[in-house]
Amino acid sequence: MTSSAATSPPMIEVAGLTKSYGSYTAVSDLDFTVQAGSVTGFLGPNGAGKSTTLRMLVGLTPPTSGRCRVLDTDYRLLPNPGRHVGVLLDASAQHSGRTGREVLVIGAMTMGLDIHRADELIEFVGLTQSEARRRVGNYSLGMRQRLGVAHALLGDPSVLILDEPANGLDPAGIHWMRSVLRAFADRGGCVLLSSHLLREIEVIADHLVVIGRGRIVAQGAKADLLATTDTFAHSQDDRVFAEALGNAGFAARPGTDGLLIAASTQDIAQVAAAAGVVLLELRPAGSDQLEDLFLQLTADDARDEVAR
Amino acid sequence: MTASPALTNLPTAALVRPSLTGPAGVPFSRLLRTELRKLTDTRAGKWLVTVIIAVTPVIVVITLFTSKPKSLTYSNLVDLTQTPQEFLLPALGLLAVTTEWSQRTGLVTFTLAPHRGRVLRAKAAAIGVFGLLAIAVAFVTAAIGNLLGEALRHGNGSWAFGFSGFRDLIVVQLGTLAEGFAFGMLLLISSAAIITYYVLPTITAFAVNAIPSLKSDKSWFDLISAQSPLYNHEMTGTAWLQWLVSFTIWVLVPGTFGVLRVLRSEIKSS
Repeated sequence: MTSSAATSPPMIEVAGLTKSYGSYTAVSDLDFTVQAGSVTGFLGPNGAGKSTTLRMLVGLTPPTSGRCRVLDTDYRLLPNPGRHVGVLLDASAQHSGRTGREVLVIGAMTMGLDIHRADELIEFVGLTQSEARRRVGNYSLGMRQRLGVAHALLGDPSVLILDEPANGLDPAGIHWMRSVLRAFADRGGCVLLSSHLLREIEVIADHLVVIGRGRIVAQGAKADLLATTDTFAHSQDDRVFAEALGNAGFAARPGTDGLLIAASTQDIAQVAAAAGVVLLELRPAGSDQLEDLFLQLTADDARDEVAR
Repeated sequence: MTASPALTNLPTAALVRPSLTGPAGVPFSRLLRTELRKLTDTRAGKWLVTVIIAVTPVIVVITLFTSKPKSLTYSNLVDLTQTPQEFLLPALGLLAVTTEWSQRTGLVTFTLAPHRGRVLRAKAAAIGVFGLLAIAVAFVTAAIGNLLGEALRHGNGSWAFGFSGFRDLIVVQLGTLAEGFAFGMLLLISSAAIITYYVLPTITAFAVNAIPSLKSDKSWFDLISAQSPLYNHEMTGTAWLQWLVSFTIWVLVPGTFGVLRVLRSEIKSS
């Protein structure tokens, strides 16, 4: 499956996509593709342009320039788009006075599906019939997310576009989400999901597109992005140690409660010994890699946050 | 919440794979059925529709027992049902549009049906169908009231009304419904649209009556004034022209800008 998927055209294609509001550029010259069989995580801090990009993909926001195609078509020209592309942009964007089941019934009617389809999906996402008869205004965020996933899957689409779908889910819910999306992709579908939470996406996605300030800062297979020879070091005074490392010719970057250095543990230990620095932690950068990558890639924005 | 379901039942098998070729979007007939259902499937919608339909028999019954027998005519009974209808029907037209923004359901509606013009046409048709239904209920209920008035209170029972009476009232009711729809499209936010719709024409009507130089010509630009010959069944060529000009100012112009706004605006969640 994966070999054939690599040669077929991408299911989602974004090329030179730009969105400006006056002088403010929300999304700038984005290029990426999502292949069949892939779960692609669209990662970035709040306000990075993720939602704007997803809205442009489904025709709700007109791009300033560039183009995006879903299933090799302009989304707005798809016949009965709900049967091809499942979309969840905001789980809370539902009429609070409508019941959960009614939301799905309206969706099924619009797509020309049998209304029983709504009940199938209610069961599938783990809502009870009595929950489905309650008004959405009384739902917890987790229940809204499940309802939103049910709505996205209603038309048995081949593409899923989900904005922050794991938001509000408990750990069991996130695990469930991963299983659903994995199964969906294994059947030949593709998933593009956004998140500002690294943990979620590290668990769920196999490809990553990372953006900051409307620009792509990294993209590729998760395994490739995380492959690194970096070492993590934490000392009594990381500021002093970073300076010592710099003097020894090793550039140190801030990581989570420590430093990331592109050097072996032995080199770093030697610098520490020579500089008389007490090391508290020294190891190959491991499970925190994506977080470190994220912090590093979005460091500009993070500094802004602190400065404000 | 129940335990997470097993994956094996990813519910897909029964559906036929759809084609990627064919007309874009969702056909009008399906959108119309959906929009008709959306008028009544929320708590607010259900109440509004119930009140619009139920207010007519209530008024007829009250009139039956409070009015002088000699004024119990079909024409009078019909006229009395019109005021609450004219007041409430536009709210239905207005909310049919603004809930998509105020409740943010537009994110789903316009994703499933990206052709926004077709969605607007379906909404207009849905509220038009409901408006005609409400008008029919008023005409029929008034007829029943007239029969009962004659039987129970020896009422006048006159049926004099004429084709033009039906025509004039349908024009008024569908016209104000369209006005609500136009305000909804123009303002998009329920609260803003409702306040503007109910306050602005009233202020205008007050102003044209208070300013002597405007008063004589008010029917040319004040829709409320232009509509009063329709109620009184005394339409003339000039009155139709005045109504048409006022209707253009209050409905067609805001409606045109409203349609453009809906077609061009960005649908966002916040």
